[in-house]
Parts: sequence; structure tokens; C-alpha cells
Amino acid sequence: MNFSLKIWRQDGSQGRFEDYEVSDVSADSSFLEMLDQLNDQLTESGGDPVAFDSDCREGVCGTCCLVINGRPHGGRGGTTCQLYMRHFADGETITIEPWRATAFPVVRDLVVDRSAFDRIIQSGGYITVHSGPKPEPNTMPIEPEVAEEALDAASCIGCGACVAACPNGAAMLFTAAKISHLGLLPQGQPERMERVRSMVEKMEDEGFGPCRNYGECEAACPKDISIKFIGRMNRDYLRATMVEPYDRRGKMKPQ
Amino acid sequence: MKLDAKIPDGPLEDKWTEHQEHLRLVGPRNRAKYRVLVIGSGLAGASAAASMAAMGYKVECFCFQDTPRRAHSIAAQGGINASKNYRNDGDSTFRLFYDTQKGGDYRSREANVYRLAECSTKIIDQAVAQGVPFAREYGGMLANRSFGGVLVERTFYCRGETGQQLLLGAYSALAQEIGRGHVKMHTRAELLDLVIVDGRCRGIVTRDLSTGAVESHAAEAVVLATGGYSNVYYLSTNAKGCNVTATWRAYKRGAGYANPSFQQIHPTSIPEAGKYQSKLTLMSESLRNDGRIWVPRQANDERSPSSIPEKERYYYLEERYPRYGNLVPRDVASRNAKQVCDEGLGVGPGGRGVFLDFRDAIKQHGESTIGGRYSNLFSMYERITGDSPWNTPMRIYPAPHYSMGGLWVDYDLMTTVPGLFAIGEANFSDHGANRLGASSLMQCLADGYFVIPVTIGDYLSSNTAGDVDTSHAAFAEVENDVRQRVERLLSIDGSETVADIHRDLGRLIWDTNGISRSRQGLERALEELPTLSDRFWNNVRVPGHGAQLNQSLEHAGRLADFLEFAEAMCLDALTREESCGCHFREEHQTEEGEALRDDENFAHVAVWKYEGDGQRPSRHVEPLEFDAAPPTQRNYKT
Ligand SMILES: Cc1cc2nc3c(=O)[nH]c(=O)nc-3n(C[C@H](O)[C@H](O)[C@H](O)COP(=O)(O)OP(=O)(O)OC[C@H]3O[C@@H](n4cnc5c(N)ncnc54)[C@H](O)[C@@H]3O)c2cc1C
Ligand code: SF4
Ligand code: FES
Repeated sequence: MNFSLKIWRQDGSQGRFEDYEVSDVSADSSFLEMLDQLNDQLTESGGDPVAFDSDCREGVCGTCCLVINGRPHGGRGGTTCQLYMRHFADGETITIEPWRATAFPVVRDLVVDRSAFDRIIQSGGYITVHSGPKPEPNTMPIEPEVAEEALDAASCIGCGACVAACPNGAAMLFTAAKISHLGLLPQGQPERMERVRSMVEKMEDEGFGPCRNYGECEAACPKDISIKFIGRMNRDYLRATMVEPYDRRGKMKPQ
Repeated sequence: MKLDAKIPDGPLEDKWTEHQEHLRLVGPRNRAKYRVLVIGSGLAGASAAASMAAMGYKVECFCFQDTPRRAHSIAAQGGINASKNYRNDGDSTFRLFYDTQKGGDYRSREANVYRLAECSTKIIDQAVAQGVPFAREYGGMLANRSFGGVLVERTFYCRGETGQQLLLGAYSALAQEIGRGHVKMHTRAELLDLVIVDGRCRGIVTRDLSTGAVESHAAEAVVLATGGYSNVYYLSTNAKGCNVTATWRAYKRGAGYANPSFQQIHPTSIPEAGKYQSKLTLMSESLRNDGRIWVPRQANDERSPSSIPEKERYYYLEERYPRYGNLVPRDVASRNAKQVCDEGLGVGPGGRGVFLDFRDAIKQHGESTIGGRYSNLFSMYERITGDSPWNTPMRIYPAPHYSMGGLWVDYDLMTTVPGLFAIGEANFSDHGANRLGASSLMQCLADGYFVIPVTIGDYLSSNTAGDVDTSHAAFAEVENDVRQRVERLLSIDGSETVADIHRDLGRLIWDTNGISRSRQGLERALEELPTLSDRFWNNVRVPGHGAQLNQSLEHAGRLADFLEFAEAMCLDALTREESCGCHFREEHQTEEGEALRDDENFAHVAVWKYEGDGQRPSRHVEPLEFDAAPPTQRNYKT
């Protein structure tokens, strides 16, 4: 198969689209393998290969992040690395861009900086527990439905497609997924209110936009994270802010 | 090279407890004086960094991905073992220890393996406390599944994403410590060398992958948690970025490399499809619980699988290994797949594939049960190949998967270089010549949560702190080496791509160091490697410059190390004149074609010491002693 590619190139603060041709691509190639092939061609002909991120190449690490023909991850469900060329038409022109969001600056070409997600987790996306002996887990039965729902939320791979898809660049789906994962489980209850408060506030600080219920995030999410978790997060946040803000950790002696 | 494993005295069951009771400790007030660098943020690195930071050590953690949460551990699908005996099926610490020893074909240290089994149950407790949503039974209790190579059900899981959930647990603990300022995290940072001062490891030199900046970091101890070397084969089930650089650089700075030829080839991966194939996708081993493996009895059978009648199907594992059937250990399953394909019975393009068939399981248990167990794996398979396992059997073939070899470590997980530790897949310690399924996650987390946080204190407390920083001349020297190497890679200006040469290296190593090895093949590889290396250093082209995000440069640096590592791998395979676990030497087999171990001459760990570029490394041995589980010939037949 042959393809014409319009690819976003950027080194520094300004970028532009450039056109490329790639030929003799196998229909069984993955989308990223097609880009590898292009990069080999560029390298051999003295050109400059296109920088793009990937690692596991099987849809679980969340590294790959391309906007393909205007849709994050190509809009076929799944991640960029799970797209195969058999899903495209021979001769097609394909446009490839990086995630576009204020909170995700471009590092180079198609590579963006998503460290804002890490900072949201650092602000409260955990259960405080030291390493060491812990109680026998079966003394705290958890209904399988609850564990499954928590796992549905925990399946978020932190790719950022939800942000890239959102006209406001909001990180609601990502943040809600983490908050719901921990908030659904009994282990997550003690810190539930502080967690939602600090994570939501951090999310706003990091420059992610507000939610206007466009629903684009859910449609772009490769892990089918449900938008219902956003509702859950909003309810928790409301509860958390209605009670007098009170910093439990601040009151405790530092350890 | 002195290889003192420092195995504590006393009965096997008491070694770890007693050892902990007698280790020297660093008091809580003093811990902040000690700087520890953890390289890697996978299960081993993240759990170690979080645990040590919570204790009060001053920790810095490094990974080459854009966030610690994306380490390769995330891809583990099947599960994690623990001898909880929830199923009341006779499991115990001893049985898990015994299974691991036997599965590893008696090429690991009893004391370490027993400790691993002991820690296993605590890992589950720890993970649940962190909020890892393991699968539950209707009554709310934790659920278990069975995995290859054992006769009990002791595997805990989260659908097909156990590694992801365990990593997110460790990552969240790490994130908390980063947020509290106890860990300084360096993402997109690649370790390119280590710094040794007065015989102790005192730091590392990294390259910032976004800006190209070469930077030094000093500490009192360095912990490598950098994963395995499966990508020496180019195609493997590992993530694209997995590499040998950190452990290889450590080797070149004096750390012994143990058993570099021990490489697990996983039996159930989707076969290769074409030249630009960039990785092989694993189909979880759990599929072997219900799928039946077969090939047509007749060579070059072109019929569609469903029209091949029962008696013309060769269920070779069930026939050859009636007791374990499709659940034989990985090495046995892989070798048998290769054998039937070598006999011309293989299916699919190039005849390199066997069927994994769910027809009978669907008939017996119904679509909803099988769907509940594997629907995500079925759709993953369909997405990649275009075929649906609901209608036609999967095609699978073995693929490089896991590195049992790694840096040699003593009981405290310290390498032969004082102050340099190795944990997780990066060390050699617990899986001998073959790893059982669901045991790596267990080992990574045992090392990270429970072993290293304690043993590192013993080392630190007997050494000075704060006396060396990056202004020491040794750092400038190593930084200089690193810069020169980067410059050299960029200046080659040949005509081949890094991937071209990596593919050729992979092919050579796969053919000679793959599922089976022979003297002839290994000698050929040793002969061809220098040519390949010359081709690399004279004819590769690394475009761009060093002061930018440059992925070709990253790949080139990693390949340069793989090229050197491959030689050690071949030497190790060549000098181990026996078959054990995954290391199958064609010269050493029983009449029935099974691996023939030589306990008299090879019941040891082979450790390679760097003797200078262009020099043959020297081979040293740590003899293995077996008291609790004397070696028997593995028998998965009856
Ligand atoms: C597809 C697949 C499925 C698997 N399923 C299972 C399973 O079900 N059960 C099981 O027990 N095991 C499984 N395994 C094996 C298991 O996942 C790995 O052995 C384990 O996760 C390794 O963890 P680790 O922490 O040692 O290293 P990794 O997770 O590989 O992490 C390595 C870390 O080191 C960093 N790093 C590496 N080199 C450098 C460098 N030079 N500079 C800076 N940082 C560096 C990386 O950024 C990363 O953070 C599976 C493996 C694969 C490939
Ligand atoms: S919610 Fe979905 S789209 Fe957003 S980061 Fe998580 S997996 Fe990616
Ligand atoms: S590369 Fe890991 S999800 Fe795409």
C-alpha cells in the first residue's frame, strides 16, 4: 500500500506540516510500523526522521499519542499503536499531529510533555500506606461488582487522548478515573475527600480547561473509561468543598 | 572475582528472619543523609524508591519514559503468584519455593528463592492495601487462577492487566513520595554510565533525552532496576525501549554478569508478519488453561483448521506430557513448538506457527464463560491478525520474553561492586534457567518492597555519607566518556539505519541463541558478531544532533551495547555444556529429546567479568548447593 502523509514537524516553538510519501507498506503493518518505515526511508535518504513516542506497542503503556486525521488515536477505539494499515485505504492522505492542549507542550514533532498528569497524581492520587506487613486482605471482603467497577476506572492508561479530544483541553476523565478507582474501594475511604479536593484543584492549576459536557473525552478514550466517573468526581468534589476545608495531614506531625 | 553470596547460616526457613534481625540499620534521623539513586521505575524500581523514600532516605529515581507509570512492567498480563493457599489445594511457602526451584531447573540459589516465596503473601497484602483491584469471588474474597508449570491455583490477577494495576499501585506510592519531596524523579533520563570512586559505586551519568544534556548524580548507593535484555533479539514481547545499557555499563565498570545466556522464550506469542514487524505481541499464558495446542499430523496441510478431523490433529503436548498437557512449563512448550515446526508440521506463513484452539472449551463452558476469561485477549488477537479466535484457532509461536540472567547479586542484592545493587529482572537471582509464569511480578515487588529497603541499610550504615559529590574528578571523567561516545555515534555518517543492523543482530541471535543452541551455531555467531559490530561502527547513520530529542541516537546507543552483550551471551551458552531450563544445547539431550542437565559439572552460576575491550571476559562460578530440594530430573510427563 502507498500513503501520502501530512506530518506536523516542530523543533522549538514553531511548527508546520510537511508532506511525505511512503510506499510498499504491508497491510499487516501497524500504524507505528508504517512510521518506522517512513523514518528508515528518511534516514537512508539523508533526511530527518520524525520523532514520535511509543513503547509497549500493544495498547497498555499509554505512551503513543498521535492525532490522526483529526482524531486522537485515529478514532477507531484503542490506541495509536493498535491501528493497522489494513484499516486505511490504499493511496489515502493521512494527517498526523501531536496532542494539542495548553497543558501538554510539544517537545519535538509529535512528542508532547504530559508531566502535568503526574503532578495531578502526586497531589493525591494514592492511598497512604507504607511498605511492610499489612492485614490479611480477605478480612475485608469486597463485592466483585465493586472491584470490577474500580478496575474499569483503574484501566486508564494516562495517554491523554481525553484532553486532546476535548475542545477545552480538560483533564476531567483522567482525573475522575483515578479518583473513582480509589474512591470506590473501602481502602480509599479515609482520604477520599482530601483526595478529590487536591486533585481537582491541581488539575485546574496545571492549565487544563473546564468541563462543558462535550463528551468528546469518552469517545476518544482507548480504554472506554466512562463519563459517569466525571459525575461521581463532581459529586465528591461538591461534598468535599461543602464541608469546612480541613487539612488532616497538615495537623499531623510530619514523619 | 570474589563471589561471596553471603547466604545466612541456619535452617532455610529461618534465614531471612534471622538475617533481618542481625542487619545493621540506619536510624530514622540519619537516613536523610544517605542519597540513593534508583534507576528504573518499573515494579522493582518504583516499589524500591517509594519504600526507601518513605523510610526517610534521600531518593532520586530515573526512567527513560516520559513518566514512571509507563515502565515495561505495565504490560504484564497474566498475574502474580503468592502462596496464600486460599484454594486449600496444598500450597505453602515450601511448595512455591520448590516449584520455583524445579521450574528453574535447579540453577538458582535456594536461600533467595525461599525468601521470595516467603515474601509472596505479603506482596498481595501490600498491593490490596494500596488499592490494587484484584479479581474477587462472589463472596468478596480474592480469586485465583492457575498458571503453567504448577499443580496449585495461586495466581492473583486483575483481568488481563495485572502488571498495569500492580505498577499503578507502586507508581502511586512513588507519586506520593515525589509530591512530598522525598523522591526527585527524573523522567526521559537515560543512564549512560556509572561512576566508581575508591571501589564503591558513587553515582551515575545520564543524558536528558529531551535536551541532550549530560548530567552527573552522586549518591551513597545506586540501585539498578532496569529490566531485562530480551530486545537483543530485536523482536521480543518487550516494550521497544527495553535495553541492556544500564546493566551492561555496570558490567563494564566491574559488576559480574550472571548467566547472560539464560533467556526465556515464551510459547504463546503472535507470529511475525513481515520485515517491518517491530515487536511481538504476547498472548497471555493463561490461554493455555483452556486452549488446546495442536498442528495437523500431516505436513503442509492446506485445509482450513476447522475442516481437519479430530484424528488428524496432533495435540502434541497432551500426547507427550499427559500429566501437564498444555500446561507444561514455558521452555518445554516452546521447544516442542519448534520441534513440530522443524518437522514441517507448522501452520501459517513460513510454517512457523501452531494452533491454540478454543473450540472444545467454548463447547464445554459456553461462550459467556470463555468470553469472561479471554474476551479482551480474543479481540486483541483479532485486531492484530484480522482473524477471530471465536471462529478459527489462534496461531501462535514462541518469542523472546524474559531474561533470567542479569547482574550477579549476593543475598543482599548487591552486585560485585560495593554500593551497586540490582533488583527485579535486572538481576539474575531467583529464576534459575527458566522462570515460571506469574513469578516475575512477585520477584520485582519482593525485591522492591521488602528486601532492598532492609538490606541497603546494612551497606549504608557501614559507609560514609556525603563525602563525594559531583565535583569529584571521577564524574568529570565519566561525563567526558559519555559525551565522546555520543559524538562518535553521531559522526559515523554511514548509510544503514540503526534498525537494519539491529534486525540482523536479532536474526543471528535468534538462530543461534534461541530455543535451541549448538556449538556450531554459537561459534558461527561469535565469528559473525565482530563483522556486525564493524558494520555498525562504520556504516550506520544516526541523523540529527546530540542537543535535542533524538530517537535514532537513543536506539544507536542501546544497539551498541546489545552488540557487545551478544558476545557474552554466546560465550555463556557455549561454555555451559549441558541443557537446563530454557538453555537447550542440542549436544546434551536424553534419548527422548528432553534437556539433559549435568549437575556434576554445571550446578553453578556462571559469572562473567569484563577484562577490557577486545579481551575475552573471564568466567567465574558460584557453586550452588541444594539442601532443601535436591535436584531431580524435571518430569512433566507422568
Ligand atoms: C508482555 C509481557 C507480559 C508479562 N506478563 C507477566 C505476568 O503475567 N506475570 C509476571 O510475573 N511477569 C510477567 N512478565 C514479566 C514482567 O512483566 C517483567 O519481568 C517485569 O515487569 C520487569 O520489571 P522490572 O521492574 O524489573 O523492569 P521494567 O518494568 O522493565 O522497568 C525498567 C525500568 O528501567 C528504566 N530503564 C531501563 N534502562 C534504563 C536506562 N538506561 N536509563 C534509565 N532508565 C532505564 C525504564 O525506564 C523502566 O522504568 C511479562 C512480560 C511481558 C513482556
Ligand atoms: S481517561 Fe482514557 S483517554 Fe484519558 S488518559 Fe485515561 S485512558 Fe487516556
Ligand atoms: S505504545 Fe504503549 S499504548 Fe501505544
